[in-house]
Amino acid sequence: MTIGMKTVSIKTILASAAVALGLISAAAPAMAAGAAAHPRSGGFSFEGPFGTYDQGQLQRGYKVYHEVCAACHGMNLMHYRNLGDRHGPFWNPKYPNPNDNPVVKALAAENQVPDIDSETGEPIQRDATPADKFRAPYPNATAAAAGNGGAAPPDLSVMAKARHDGANYIYSLLSGYRAAPAGLQIRDGQHYNPYMAGDLTPFWTGDHHDVPPGGFIAMPPPLQNGQVTYDDGSPQTVDQYAKDVAAFIAWTSEPKMVERKQAGFGVMIFLLIFAGLTYASYRRIWKGVAH
Amino acid sequence: MSEHESTYVPKTGVEKWLDTRLPIIRFGADYMSLPTPRNLNYWWTFGGILALCLMTQIVTGIVLAMHYTPNVDLAFASVERIMRDVNGGWLIRYVHANGASMFFIAVYLHMLRGLYYGSYKAPREMIWIIGCVIFFLMIATAFLGYVLPWGQMSFWGAEVITNLIGAIPVLGEPILIWLRGGPAIDNATLNRFFSLHYLLPFAILGCVVLHLWALHAAGQNNPVGILIPKDRAKKDMLPFHPYFTVKDGFAIILFLILFAIFVFYQPNALGHADNYIPANPLQTPAHIVPEWYMLPFYAILRAVPDKFGGVVAMFGAIGVLFVLPWLDTSKVRSMRYRPTMRTFFIIFLVVGVGLGWCGGQLPDAPVIGSFKTFTLIDGDLNSYLWLTRVFTLYYFAFFLIIMPLIGLKEQPLPIPATISEPVLTGADAVEQKG
Repeated sequence: MTIGMKTVSIKTILASAAVALGLISAAAPAMAAGAAAHPRSGGFSFEGPFGTYDQGQLQRGYKVYHEVCAACHGMNLMHYRNLGDRHGPFWNPKYPNPNDNPVVKALAAENQVPDIDSETGEPIQRDATPADKFRAPYPNATAAAAGNGGAAPPDLSVMAKARHDGANYIYSLLSGYRAAPAGLQIRDGQHYNPYMAGDLTPFWTGDHHDVPPGGFIAMPPPLQNGQVTYDDGSPQTVDQYAKDVAAFIAWTSEPKMVERKQAGFGVMIFLLIFAGLTYASYRRIWKGVAH
Repeated sequence: MSEHESTYVPKTGVEKWLDTRLPIIRFGADYMSLPTPRNLNYWWTFGGILALCLMTQIVTGIVLAMHYTPNVDLAFASVERIMRDVNGGWLIRYVHANGASMFFIAVYLHMLRGLYYGSYKAPREMIWIIGCVIFFLMIATAFLGYVLPWGQMSFWGAEVITNLIGAIPVLGEPILIWLRGGPAIDNATLNRFFSLHYLLPFAILGCVVLHLWALHAAGQNNPVGILIPKDRAKKDMLPFHPYFTVKDGFAIILFLILFAIFVFYQPNALGHADNYIPANPLQTPAHIVPEWYMLPFYAILRAVPDKFGGVVAMFGAIGVLFVLPWLDTSKVRSMRYRPTMRTFFIIFLVVGVGLGWCGGQLPDAPVIGSFKTFTLIDGDLNSYLWLTRVFTLYYFAFFLIIMPLIGLKEQPLPIPATISEPVLTGADAVEQKG
């Protein structure tokens, strides 16, 4: 039995994998051409197979969300206890149960949430506990829409998964507002953003080969330099705020990412060893058998 | 093969007692010692891989069903709750979601192997036809399952696909309402889709049993494609275990590595970001696309200008596979010995991938550059619409014209009398002594 023949067999398997990958990449729907500017990279710590969340960044991101975004955007999949989860912004190994974490308790208590008085049945407002969901900015979707020119601000819980290249997109969008190019007719209550999906052709009076990228967004530029006070010395700029809150939303979208990558590392090592052993058994069993 | 004699000898008292009453151990033992053509290559490992895929989907699916809530107001959040608050839930859900894609990668390769080596020809027609039934059930199951998270693509995918039924003349409308459980996609639709998504995998499992039964009755094909003469059986066959358990096992582990790369490192790469936006019946996504494994058929659907015609073409694209054994006029099974047919097969592969690519594009978008050429009937020549039509034409021509015609006209290469012959002297020849 020659090694050459075996390599061919392996190649067959690799070829099948390549065909499979080819199928996938071929089938991946392409983005419509020229619709929006390609997001800038936020240089996030959680990229790559070993990337993890930067806890300081998540804490700053929560602060930006809490002080700015939360005025209009809810996160109905998040509970205050999640802030103290492993790999979360306020994880403290001393409190394996995040409901006991004093920082989480204090952060929850900063918010008032609606409840029913257990004695009288009357609707009341009380301090939130770690078990509560993040406070919703509006009592219902109709109120949210009415308060925002007819369109409810979207929930941000899984926003980083709900957009292509989520974290970079959020960072780019929030820090990417600029003055509308001359020749673009902006409707009332709309703002120009080159990273927003859309097609500006109908609103463009200039050269048709030169339609500006991006679209209209109802949200006015939400961040200003110095708006949120950081106590860790990080720059208090729109760019930094946008990065931090994008990282925070990436975490709320995929809170088990670190656990997933860590498990994946173990699984890959196991599978590679298992593959090696099985291949050795295969070679041994088929030794001297022509096929 | 069916004539394979049982070599199982019950040893203990319990085994003897059981063997006269329910010879289930004998069944398993015979299965493991099944004579298998020794020249099977790695393309034959996808059967085992598919069995693993089905079991993975069923096991993870049963656990997901314990935590999932089929209600339009709760479904999206219940799926995300699985990702967040259920122990290991993120793993179970990502395995299930990516498992569907892996299942289709494997089934497409499995079918292409059957196509290339002529595994559908006599006496194996029933294996192929049952396989086609399984493929059709898989598409239905995958579609139903994709609706369950109740994201934007779930909802609008369901809208587009059920609407196809409405294109059937006269009966379309009542059937559509009956399928949806009302005039629009709503809670009733979600409930029945969940019920059917739980049911169909077991129908697939039943078909897999028939698929294997037919396989063992007719015997496995092999890369040479010849039926192995009885007197050669000893020389050309090897017991399934340990020879093919170890070979399949190795292939399965390699497949699992690919699977694991997606689950642990790119769990959402094969999905669409819009499905993380909760379903909103009042807001149509900019670009409704099915999952990648449906794209070739979606492309064929859109290639036909008439809606009902498109539906017929799409179902026809799958339906034509059922009659494949009677469309191929060649007596030679393996395309190894059919160089002309092999060329058309390679073009078919390119066209298949091309159809998938077209299915993900906007039909009006230009294929090359961003210029317009001239309008042909209803679309610019330089558009995905026309590229899709060319590919669709080839897809059907391959089965309906090329296959019957080439079989009659071609001059196949000489076919070896036994599978050992090419093993020893042919392209795959190896030295007998290592």
